[in-house]
Amino acid sequence: MTTDGWETVIGLEVHVELATETKLFSAAPNRFGAAPNTNVDPTSLGLPGSLPVLNERAVELAVRVGLALHCDVRPSTFARKNYFYPDMPKDFQISQFDEPINVGGWLELPSGTRVGITRAHLEEDTGKTTHVGGSGRIGGADHALVDYNRAGVPLLEIVGEPDLRNSEDARAYVEELRQVLVAIGASDGKMEEGSLRVDANVSVRRPGDPFGTRCEIKNVNSLRSLGRAIDYEAARQVELLEAGEAIRQETRHWDEASGRTLSGRSKEDAEDYRYFLEPDLVPVVPDPAWVEEIRAALPPLPADRRRTLADAAGRPPSDGEVVVAVARGLDGLAVAAIALGADADRVLTHIEHNLAVDGADALTALSFAALVALETSGALTATQTKDVLATLVAEGGSGDPAAIAAAKGYEAMASDALAGAVDAVIAANPEEWSRYVEGDERARGKLTGFFVGQVMKQTRGQADGKAVTALLAARAGG
Amino acid sequence: MPARISRQDVAHVARLALLDLDDDELDRATEQLGAVLDHVADIEALDLEGVPPTAHPLPLRNVFRADVVGLVLDRDEVLAAAPSAEDGRFRVPAVLGEEP
Repeated sequence: MTTDGWETVIGLEVHVELATETKLFSAAPNRFGAAPNTNVDPTSLGLPGSLPVLNERAVELAVRVGLALHCDVRPSTFARKNYFYPDMPKDFQISQFDEPINVGGWLELPSGTRVGITRAHLEEDTGKTTHVGGSGRIGGADHALVDYNRAGVPLLEIVGEPDLRNSEDARAYVEELRQVLVAIGASDGKMEEGSLRVDANVSVRRPGDPFGTRCEIKNVNSLRSLGRAIDYEAARQVELLEAGEAIRQETRHWDEASGRTLSGRSKEDAEDYRYFLEPDLVPVVPDPAWVEEIRAALPPLPADRRRTLADAAGRPPSDGEVVVAVARGLDGLAVAAIALGADADRVLTHIEHNLAVDGADALTALSFAALVALETSGALTATQTKDVLATLVAEGGSGDPAAIAAAKGYEAMASDALAGAVDAVIAANPEEWSRYVEGDERARGKLTGFFVGQVMKQTRGQADGKAVTALLAARAGG
Repeated sequence: MPARISRQDVAHVARLALLDLDDDELDRATEQLGAVLDHVADIEALDLEGVPPTAHPLPLRNVFRADVVGLVLDRDEVLAAAPSAEDGRFRVPAVLGEEP
């Protein structure tokens, strides 16, 4: 399937479960993983006489997200979205409709692209329905079981503008949004637990044409699925259009197993939710002073942190290692280590390749910088440094790297000892040596590996590979 | 005066509300809903320039509760009140179509 000559247009809707203690409208716990129907109260179950009362913390987190996404925080109201489905026992979901709390913001991706945010509004999550019996597919199910633990959990629905043009950027958008949400404490950002759920609106067009008819893709449960679903859907639409057929606006479900999107809802008036103002809730009008207080308390956002680290490391903010360091939350460590004089390139390399481990966040800048200094001075080889770093982190992150290196017997080889080892290896392998001396660049490259390996063996890994390479070249006469 | 709501619209709304109305009931509902809409339309006679829409009749805003866990219901008690339960969950008929 080809998409040559076509442009994909993507807008994402992300539902985020807010990290509150209780539900949006009642005091039942907001906790993932509890036994079914144990986090329920009369309001979660929509029992007669129960009334919603808004959770102040949920509003605060919604404002926090709005500010982090550069939205206008404004007076808002709640409405009833009416539909019949057993996941909401009262037959409506309370959601913000025409007056959402946040409108008109943007999110900056690591590449520097800004994606518009249409709105970010509060609503309650629904219960979880499991179909059982029959073929296991919804259509063939015998009956369904409902767990209302999730019913009423505070959600923020973040609606993005159709500014994305490929699945890679769509993934980057969700990843960046996730990092922002985690950084500001609004959500744990766990896609695998449903804390962050993504629906993708996908359409295709000839570049410059108006937007095409879009399909909404649901049931995308990971970043990988998101990318695959968008690519599949765009190709499906292009194929239809090239065959002269029209795209039908519809909801489609991503099927992970078959790697396809399948047509979903067909009931034509299912979208008619007959919203009306929720009479049991009064308007929310955030006090400007409160909003400013929340703004002042926001931590630096990932985009700001990338700029800070990039400045310290002398790289652009879009640099891959800079992005990784911020994504892992190790940018503070990197900036501090660099400020202590550690070589920025080595610092970033270690963070990307050797610090994707538990406990890395406890590593102190002082210990890390001291270790990098040992490596930079040549006192430790790259292999030894990596090993010392692992031990340093395993032992709590604040130890003395020199002491750890000494305990491992990693003492810097005196240069005459290294030269002796190289000479011994040359003497023991005269045939390889003459091929090395007489060989062209390619042959030398191959044999360098052999000799470095032999020297490593002889010195039990204490030799510096680069120094050995230099010695070999010198012995061969350049 | 043209009807403010058609019989067809009423049938549509009834279907959305899962109401099974017969012909007589549809006629009656059409007439009654029309009367309600006529009444609401009286507002159109007023000069509302600069008057913000009313979101709630009570002069209240920002009614919040603290984010503190309170009592939950006992599951066995809750499920005992349900028509059918299984595995700690409410048992309901299989739902055709997709969730909204």
